[in-house]
Amino acid sequence: MPNLYDSYVQVNILVLYATHCFPTKCIFSVSHYRLFPTSLGQVISKFSVRELHISFTQGYRRTMQWGQTFLPSPPGAELWVWFQDTVTDVDVTWKELTNVLSGIFCASLNFIDSTNTVQPSASFKPLGVGNVTDQRFLRYAVLPREVVCTENLTPWKKAGYTSDLCQDWQCKSTAWELRQTLNVVFDLHSSGQSKREWSLFKMFSRTLTEACPLASSSKVDVTDNPQGELFELSPATPMLSQAVVLGNRRTYSQRVETCCALYFTESAMCQATGCRRGRSTPWCTTTTRTGPSPSSCWTPCPGTCVSTSHTLTVTSKGRDNKPSYIHYQPSKDRLRPHLLEMLVQLPPNSVIEVTVQFERALLKWTEYTPDPNHGFYVGSSVISALVPSVVAMDTNSTQERPLFSSFFPCKEESSYFMQVYTEPLLVNLPTPDFSMPYNVICLTCTVVAVGYGFLYNFLTSTFQVEEPSPGLAKRLANIICRLRGVPLL
Amino acid sequence: MGEWRVLIGQLSLVTSEPRPAALREMAAIEVERHRGRLASLAIAVVVIAVGVPLWWRTTETYRAWLPVTQINQLAQLQIQLSVEVEVVFSRGTLTTEHQKKIEPTHTRQEEHTVDETTGLSYRYETRYRTATIMEEDALNQPTAAETDRSLHLLSESPCGSVVVYVLPESSTLLPEAVSVYVGQRRTALLRAGRPMRVGVGLKEVLTHLEAQVQQVLQVMSFSHSDITAALSDRVRLDYSSREGLADSMRAFKSSPGYEITFSLLNPDPKSHHLHWDIEAAVQSYVQPLLSKLAPVADFSLDSQILYYAVLGVNPRYDPSLNAYTLNADSLSHVINPVEARLGSSAASSNPVLNFLLYVPDARHSPLYITDHRKDIVVSNAFSSPRWGGIMVYNVNNSSGPGTELPVDINIDMTRVMGVFLAQLRLMLGVQSSAPPPGFLVGPCGPAGLADWELDRLLWSRSVENVATATTTITSLAQLLDQIGNIVINDNIAEQVSAAVASLQLAVGQLESGNLGLAMQYSKEAILQSERAFFDPSLLHLLYFPDDQKFAIYIPLFLPMCVPILLSLLKMAAEARQRRRERQDKKD
Repeated sequence: MPNLYDSYVQVNILVLYATHCFPTKCIFSVSHYRLFPTSLGQVISKFSVRELHISFTQGYRRTMQWGQTFLPSPPGAELWVWFQDTVTDVDVTWKELTNVLSGIFCASLNFIDSTNTVQPSASFKPLGVGNVTDQRFLRYAVLPREVVCTENLTPWKKAGYTSDLCQDWQCKSTAWELRQTLNVVFDLHSSGQSKREWSLFKMFSRTLTEACPLASSSKVDVTDNPQGELFELSPATPMLSQAVVLGNRRTYSQRVETCCALYFTESAMCQATGCRRGRSTPWCTTTTRTGPSPSSCWTPCPGTCVSTSHTLTVTSKGRDNKPSYIHYQPSKDRLRPHLLEMLVQLPPNSVIEVTVQFERALLKWTEYTPDPNHGFYVGSSVISALVPSVVAMDTNSTQERPLFSSFFPCKEESSYFMQVYTEPLLVNLPTPDFSMPYNVICLTCTVVAVGYGFLYNFLTSTFQVEEPSPGLAKRLANIICRLRGVPLL
Repeated sequence: MGEWRVLIGQLSLVTSEPRPAALREMAAIEVERHRGRLASLAIAVVVIAVGVPLWWRTTETYRAWLPVTQINQLAQLQIQLSVEVEVVFSRGTLTTEHQKKIEPTHTRQEEHTVDETTGLSYRYETRYRTATIMEEDALNQPTAAETDRSLHLLSESPCGSVVVYVLPESSTLLPEAVSVYVGQRRTALLRAGRPMRVGVGLKEVLTHLEAQVQQVLQVMSFSHSDITAALSDRVRLDYSSREGLADSMRAFKSSPGYEITFSLLNPDPKSHHLHWDIEAAVQSYVQPLLSKLAPVADFSLDSQILYYAVLGVNPRYDPSLNAYTLNADSLSHVINPVEARLGSSAASSNPVLNFLLYVPDARHSPLYITDHRKDIVVSNAFSSPRWGGIMVYNVNNSSGPGTELPVDINIDMTRVMGVFLAQLRLMLGVQSSAPPPGFLVGPCGPAGLADWELDRLLWSRSVENVATATTTITSLAQLLDQIGNIVINDNIAEQVSAAVASLQLAVGQLESGNLGLAMQYSKEAILQSERAFFDPSLLHLLYFPDDQKFAIYIPLFLPMCVPILLSLLKMAAEARQRRRERQDKKD
């Protein structure tokens, strides 16, 4: 079950280190930083990272009500990294990188190990200019339990300012790009403030006085209401800008949704039957008005579940929807998670249901979390889709600034790439009594001691032959004999 | 007849034992008791001989073998430092008579006991020879600096050694009142103190010379106080003055690597647009010094610009100067708020040297740092021990209100780097203590560091490394000895053995005077000992309390051991009683 918090916080950090050039010309180590944060820069140079995506999300986003996020990310912490092809041992570098990042971001990223790291083959593509899609250099991990706290924002503050060192898409020199986003949903009404008024000061405890002198552009965009019935903007601004977000043209700067948005509503359900078997059902509802779109969906299962791949069924509109491509990597116990990727055609206006049966694994005593009755999270599934867009594309700006263009999406193309994450699954595993080992020890010891005592007693006690006492019948007979004066029996 | 006798005999037997059935019973009971005793004895033997060792072996923690005796030897640290000194007599300093008589080599040894576990001994191996013709030519150069250069071209002396050229007193090479000239390399020019008259004996000449050479060595290789300061990890030193303590704490501890970060702090990016050509400055000023220091440690360089970074202290306005001032007392509060922004280097565990260039904002400039006597510090910079340095760089704010903001400002890197280099030398422990009177120290070369300064650093750093590594290893051995629950894996034992081997090698190389190798081995020893000490496997089950162990053992051990103990006690009591009865019978 998702956590139904009213607020939703999401911190996204994406670093691109694009060296899309001939290897002879590349300088991989940069040591003089102007706008780029040093701590991140050092990490990226040291571990030869090409792209680093890290996000912390907390809360449940009501997609139907609030709309899709610009940067979808799963609840908890998500980290995916493309390494440079100069890295020889990707797994070792990945391990070191997660440890260092866990120090920088004050998060438990050090719990990322081989049991929750996967190498997706089709669902992720590098977002930067360096468009090398060699999956050997990609690592992906999700920690669904990770909570977001202000600690995680400390390095964000330290990191300072969104920047790009050089924007040279032909990349004659090294180009760095850093994108930091903070996505917060405030529900002022439910937080006790009865007045339906909001200001930047109320939300962030400070006002905007001036533009950042270092930035080439700083903007505040507000969703507009064309008829003015929703709210009043103060101070009013005549500026309007248009942008295309998720395939729809919206008016920004004071921005409004001009047409009904496209949603993927997704959720994962876990149906438990019995103690050990269960069925995981990530299903997606498409409310597209457009034609069919290819999509790939994958479900990483950590060691808590042993999924059985032959039970995989994909149905839409009550009929079997056969995936055109399936990549399945079975898990190895405590070494590797399950990975299931498939390419499914999503028919418009339909619900697609993917079902996989799984068996609950038995954990070792020390593998349980401190609150085992809470259950174990199975990370979110990802639905990546290439959705046809209504508007045509403008490629010039994307090559110059791949990140900014995707964040403030001014590109207009025939189809766009989007990713949607399902809610994480909470699986209840049989929870043992944790005083069990001691009880077992005590019980075993008692049994052993009883047996031993019996044996010991049997072996060491002295036995004497004793005249068997005459039975009751005999005694009675003897009494009668004595009474009658007959010799005893 | 015969039958009767037998019968009577049988009868008499019967009569002597009154109740045959009871007797038989008693015998049977005795046999049975004996069997019972044997059985309980056998069980006790099995439990003690098989059960206890089995329990011991199965619950034992794995502890690999450690070279304890060698570690204990290292705990009693005896370091011998050997310096090779070459004393070259130029023409006119030694009479031919003396030249014949002089012994080619001379060894002098000094012993010092620092504390009960640490001993130092210095060995100076002096070789005497006369100058070659080429050297004589070199010594005839007009100035000392040129002589130094041409002498270096003739021969290069190995790391750690010192060559002293003795000049006649009449030599004009050295200025008046200067008796010793210390060159860029490992050579010194020494003016012979007294005219070497014919009448003076060789012995007197040599003793006089030796005192002078000793003074040169104190400057060029090491002095006893340097080495004891380097041993501060092992030895508690009592500093007579506060300044001595401050001096000893200024330099960074020896480490196999350092991170150097230059940060430009721009608190007011709205009005100042700062440019600093840090790359070129680093290339031309810092890099030569660092490449010269490469045998000491690995260095990595970084630079960053921090915007909106303010000092933690509000500077005070001083109307007499028409400027803002930061007093020396408040400087200690400056660093902490800035440090939060600096960003610790997460990618390595080496210590970070921070050098901050602060450009005060327009409202607080010019900003000057004043010392305790309220005088303006000329360099406008200060350093914090084992942390780094901060320099305040005032920019000209004379621009009127009409100028367009932000103002572009180019920072004069020569001025900045001069200050930072001096601070870097201090932080790295390259001491530039004032030479004794009569000494003239030649200008250091383009690297900013003379060879003998590097040697000095190498001497103290290798001794410091050896001291640190021995303390680490001995305290690890002590800890493992004290807490028996710690599992010692094979890799830890390997690391410890490797560290001990490197330490022994380092001490050996110091003894034979190979300074470069000694430094290298001591660095390895530090790395290996730290790796062993901080190995995460040592933390497993470190605190496994005894009471819990007993709580688990008691349900099994109590019911098993109590009957065995009781029966053993009973048997012992019976045996004692039997012995007493036997004794009573004897009596």
